[in-house]
Amino acid sequence: MSALPAGTTRERGLHLLREMLRIRQFEDHCAELYGAGHIRGFLHLCDGEEAIAVGVMEALGPDDAVLSTYREHGHALARGIAMKPLMAELYGKRSGCSGGRGGSMHVFDAATRFYGGNAIVGGGLPLAVGLALAEQMRGTRNLAACFFGEGAVAEGEFHESMNLAALWKLPVLFLCENNLYAMGTALTRSESQTDIQAKAAGYAVRAAAVDGMDVFAVEAAVREAADAARGGGGPALLEFRTYRFRAHSMFDAQLYRDKAEVEAWRERGPIIRLTTQLKAAGLMTEDDFQRLLREADAEVEGAVEFASAAEWEPVADLARHVYAETAP
Amino acid sequence: MASEFRLPALGADMDAGTIVTWHVAPGSRVKRGDVVAVVETDKGAIDVEIFEDGVVREIVVPVGQRVAVGTVLARLDADDAAADAGPAAVAGAAPADVAARAAVPAVAAAPRTVPAVQAPSPTVPAAAAPGGAMSATGESEDSRASMRAAIASAMSRSKREIPHYYLSTTVDVTTATEWLAAHNAKVPVTGRLLFAALLVKALALTCRETPGFSGFHRDGRYEESPAVHVGVAVALRGGGLVAPAIMNTADQSLPALMTAMRELVARARAGRLRASELAAPTIVLTSLGEDSVDVVFPIIQPPQVAIVGAGTVVERPWVVEGKILSRQLVSLSLGADHRVTDGRLGAQFLARLARRLCDPATL
Amino acid sequence: MIEPLRITYREAVKQAIREALQSDPRVFLMGEDVGKYGGCFAVSKGLLEEFGEQRIRDTPLSESAFVGAGIGAALGGLRPIVEVMTVNFSLLALDQIVNNAATLCHMSGGQFPVPVVIRMATGAGRQLAAQHSHSFEAWYAHVPGLRVVEPATIDDARGMLRAALACPDPVIVFEPISLYNMEGELTEAASSVRLDGARVHRAGRDVTLVTYGASLWRCVTAAEELATSGIEAEIIDLRSLRPLDDAAIMHSVRRTRRAVIVDEGWRSGSLAAEITTRIVEQGFYDLDAPVARVCAEEVPIPYPRHLEDAALPGASRIVAAVKGLVGHGQ
Repeated sequence: MSALPAGTTRERGLHLLREMLRIRQFEDHCAELYGAGHIRGFLHLCDGEEAIAVGVMEALGPDDAVLSTYREHGHALARGIAMKPLMAELYGKRSGCSGGRGGSMHVFDAATRFYGGNAIVGGGLPLAVGLALAEQMRGTRNLAACFFGEGAVAEGEFHESMNLAALWKLPVLFLCENNLYAMGTALTRSESQTDIQAKAAGYAVRAAAVDGMDVFAVEAAVREAADAARGGGGPALLEFRTYRFRAHSMFDAQLYRDKAEVEAWRERGPIIRLTTQLKAAGLMTEDDFQRLLREADAEVEGAVEFASAAEWEPVADLARHVYAETAP
Repeated sequence: MASEFRLPALGADMDAGTIVTWHVAPGSRVKRGDVVAVVETDKGAIDVEIFEDGVVREIVVPVGQRVAVGTVLARLDADDAAADAGPAAVAGAAPADVAARAAVPAVAAAPRTVPAVQAPSPTVPAAAAPGGAMSATGESEDSRASMRAAIASAMSRSKREIPHYYLSTTVDVTTATEWLAAHNAKVPVTGRLLFAALLVKALALTCRETPGFSGFHRDGRYEESPAVHVGVAVALRGGGLVAPAIMNTADQSLPALMTAMRELVARARAGRLRASELAAPTIVLTSLGEDSVDVVFPIIQPPQVAIVGAGTVVERPWVVEGKILSRQLVSLSLGADHRVTDGRLGAQFLARLARRLCDPATL
Repeated sequence: MIEPLRITYREAVKQAIREALQSDPRVFLMGEDVGKYGGCFAVSKGLLEEFGEQRIRDTPLSESAFVGAGIGAALGGLRPIVEVMTVNFSLLALDQIVNNAATLCHMSGGQFPVPVVIRMATGAGRQLAAQHSHSFEAWYAHVPGLRVVEPATIDDARGMLRAALACPDPVIVFEPISLYNMEGELTEAASSVRLDGARVHRAGRDVTLVTYGASLWRCVTAAEELATSGIEAEIIDLRSLRPLDDAAIMHSVRRTRRAVIVDEGWRSGSLAAEITTRIVEQGFYDLDAPVARVCAEEVPIPYPRHLEDAALPGASRIVAAVKGLVGHGQ
């Protein structure tokens, strides 16, 4: 296990750990709420992938655009969407960040430039290209960061988007969370070339593979790619190598992978890793950890209370927002 | 203060499910994140977590019954309520059949053994699924005490009823360790084998070849088991031991064995063993791994009739073809039931085991 | 800015695009061969030289990516005009249109309207065979969240684009391929056309012909022939396919008491089927005869001229349908 980056302070370490714990506790509560019937439809949890959400958001600015997938709770929280409206959205309540209309897979927040939440694998990639195009045409230094899973690289939209972004030198960060399984299909069974970051070469796009369990490595890689993109260097593809500890969605029987494999990866998870590193460096004690855990739990419980008590959107409003009510 | 554990919705289109297995019984202590049951759905069998701490008071829906989502499956009491001293709840898992109270989680040698696979470090929040159970808040005093009591009862019975005889032999396993090193150099980390896997496979093959050591002595008679299921002793954090079986051990390849062992250790630590796995071993292997003990004198777990121990693999001087050389040695010991076998057969058994161990390519 | 002269439909569209580019820096045109080639149907010829590469963007053959990029750019504050060469290729971009453009405003609770304009050439009549002759207006008009329009006149070709760009919602603009060469008078009305609302193209008292796109002119031909038999047909140019202008249709049918819908799509699951149902729902008791429809024959559009003509809803079939309703023989 690698050591902490030089100069890591206790404050920074605890901040990163806190952000990851907030996500983990949120996700685990969601599993329970789904079983109890408060969250419905499809629920995709990101246990194990917290370092990617947190590391990426550390490296982005508030004016950058972010697009995510249906496994987006971590991204949403790390981006700064408050936990209460996020939980309310999962409940389908009107005070949810998308008005309750979208649910778990469709979280939107204009204030943080969070453009969802897309249930179509690869569906957000062209949108990212367009958002980046808008930034370029307006002459800003903002970029568009788009998350997708390794399964998306099989979709035509991935290839089209990479090509177009590279051709027009657009400031897009293609952020691939390679957790080795697209629902129940292992990467080795679906891609002729399983080295995801190598595919970028075919489009003359800068790329790198990153240890997705290492929040520091994630942040550093994104920062570097973002700096280049902002300066007109064009898009980048970052492949974060990671693993999801829970099923694809709540619930699948995980017939497609070995329990021992899951357990082995859990031992290498981002939270264990950072905790061990911080303790080894004397920057954190077990008491600190317990405190952060309690605080995260308390925050989630507060969000659950908020969501439970929140109102439903009246049925009479069903047809609102099919079309815009005001010009943008 | 009681609470109810209900059948969760396990999918967008799930209305009902059938319990396939209960991992807990009345009296079992559970923690948030423990897998307490397995439920059959269209997509397959799914492990079901419980999201609170407590002690199981009552199982309401038994195995095999199909019920609607939201149905109360079990009732729990809060942790501090007086709980029936049920079978030692192995971190939340216990034999589903409460009547099998006497068939406690299998225990083996008096010296605590350490499995060959590294333990997960205990820093994952308890809310995560098992695999990272919090050590600090893990076993409570009570459950450790009741497990100790169960072990005491089993060991006393074994010593009372089974006439043990013991044999041991020192084996030069240098060829095996060299073979392992060469094999592991060629495979990724996930494919590496440990010495314990060679031991388990060699033991299984030897049992198949030599009747009298893999079976059960019940009601005054011995019956050889048609298949060999080697029980691998796993130490639990905070004390206690279980020896779940790797089923059909003799038929498994080394990599498959390795995977199965790793998985069993993880589940044992997390308290997610099935009752069937705990009751199934036809012979137990207890291996001391990293602790520096030369010879193990293990205690047979009834109704089995033999138990094999392995000490630490150490580098010692040995005579090879008239020369004194540094070799890798391990001490293998056999504890066997004298009602079923005698020393001569036992010696043959050990010799065969040693031979197989030194020829890993044939395992 | 409006020149009172005779221009082609093609020229009208081009002028509309030019005006948009000149008046709003957020507007840009993006699509296959819109730049150097000058547009597959020569609509954007000369625009690259006039406005440059940033505003007139040639894209690779990646319908999904560049339509999605148009949606993304609209989200990002620009006003893209995305040109999909023909509706036939738009199928590759259906996911972006249906699952993103049409849903984002509703799914986000109103936070993210999508002000993108997607222009597509449509229709048959040029012997381009089955894969290049589709009319899928009904599919797009089926989807809430989209607006779908089809200018059939010079004024509408000139004016509807402005209205579309001013609209905060995603607008699909269908341009009938067979009308690009059509010449006609551009009037002052072009500067104030609305995005929605049907228009009475020809007044009449005996039967209402409800139609859109290239079929408008087939109806005009049919109406002229019907007039020689003393049958005066009223022609409603729908202009907007989503939303449909029920009021205009019913107003006409209430007077004429007979309706024929002329639709270049195949009849099964067509816009004609939808309009028929609406007439039944809202004007049943005003009818003297069942609603009739003239649609494309249920075949993939064939290549040879005589077969293609037979497949499409030509004037003679429209005349026959009307005569069937008014009880005349022949």
